Amino acid sequence: MFQIQVSTSINGDDTEFSCEADETLLDVLRDRLGMTGSKEGCGTGDCGACSVIVDGRLVCSCLMLGAEAQDREIETIEGMADGTDLHPLQQKFLDHAALQCGVCTPGFLVAAKSLLERNDDPTEEEVRYWLAGNLCRCTGYDKIVRAVLDTAKDMRKPAKTKKPAAKKRVKA
Amino acid sequence: MQYHAPATVKDAVKLLAGSKGNTQILAGGTDLLVRMRSGFSEPETIIDIKRISPMCKIARDGKGFSIGAAVSSSEMSENAALAKAWPGVVESAALIGSTQIQGRATIAGNLCNASPAADSVPAMVAAGAKALIRGPKGKRKVAVEKICKGPGKTILKKGELLEAILLPAKPARTGDAYLRFIPRTEMDIAVAGAGICVTLDAKGVCTAARVSLGAIAPTVLLVDKAAKALVGTRIDDAALDALAAACSAAARPINDKRGTKEFRTHIAGVLARRAAIIARDRALGKV
Repeated sequence: MFQIQVSTSINGDDTEFSCEADETLLDVLRDRLGMTGSKEGCGTGDCGACSVIVDGRLVCSCLMLGAEAQDREIETIEGMADGTDLHPLQQKFLDHAALQCGVCTPGFLVAAKSLLERNDDPTEEEVRYWLAGNLCRCTGYDKIVRAVLDTAKDMRKPAKTKKPAAKKRVKA
Repeated sequence: MQYHAPATVKDAVKLLAGSKGNTQILAGGTDLLVRMRSGFSEPETIIDIKRISPMCKIARDGKGFSIGAAVSSSEMSENAALAKAWPGVVESAALIGSTQIQGRATIAGNLCNASPAADSVPAMVAAGAKALIRGPKGKRKVAVEKICKGPGKTILKKGELLEAILLPAKPARTGDAYLRFIPRTEMDIAVAGAGICVTLDAKGVCTAARVSLGAIAPTVLLVDKAAKALVGTRIDDAALDALAAACSAAARPINDKRGTKEFRTHIAGVLARRAAIIARDRALGKV
């Protein structure tokens, strides 16, 4: 069994890795690159805990092969904060206590970021539908939805002072 | 396992035709990777078609739309011209799974997966879509309703792959719609589904119709008798009653955890009736 060599970009960093043909991107991130922020909940695309953004599109990294990452641009939870400065969504999740055990949180944050990049003024219904692929067994969702709506409100307000989306360099 | 990502359809066909053992085409992967993980499928070769640029595009010409086999359902929803012409097909694709799934899942994959409950298939059948198949002997076009032989089985021969879904140019005063029943609002598999496409004349009389039902037989059905119930009418209550009765009569569902035979038989008619009203109103330009 030969390994596949893959060159890709993760959180803005050029990254190279080798993987088996049947390894998922999630396995590569966690086991080969040490990026354990993306979680494995179900491994079958039902829970969203492994959500990452690939070429601007939200996907489950458990439903994508590592080999498919060649020449793609991948964004993971590790790239969300800017050093010690949290992304506004991360701060609002803390403010609203929108997490308990935290396993679903990276997936929710990545998914919510992807929503707000497309729609800076979503309705509650739009937030709930967008996040329907992210399961949380602790919070009952309400605090998560409120945190996302509150972030959107804040991010719309100070258009002039808005910081560009945080990109943290991660060692591959 | 070997992974190939060819750059042309020709190369993909060559790989497919020359491969030994279990070879799978990888489009969105939302069914294939789940099957691999659960051990239902253990491919020796995977051919990823997402590096074949024409298969990643939605093209439009005088004959209609060509939706490449690697186009995701999100890309379909974002294509304004496609969503305007064939809202039923686009909405059916947008019902499949979550945002994450829709960013990857394709209607070509939905068809080739050959589930009787595939949401996009009744909508494609109602719209008169064709599958463009490419193989070692060249191209062929097959009506979508003829692709599946049974659950998990298609008519594709060794070396053949589905290159694109072809939707016709929409005739004037034509509307399509797809509805499914699930016990909640999102993220579920159809208990039954109905796709309808109708064409009306200037007076609002139905001149052509196609009615397709999902999850009520081993394959998605095209129900000619149900279509005949609409043709020649203004799709009024009497015609809708006849449509619903014809759909329930055509249903031959199974009992399973999602629904009973009796429920599926009944709901197939109800869904067809409601979808026909939407399709009619779209044809009239009301919605």
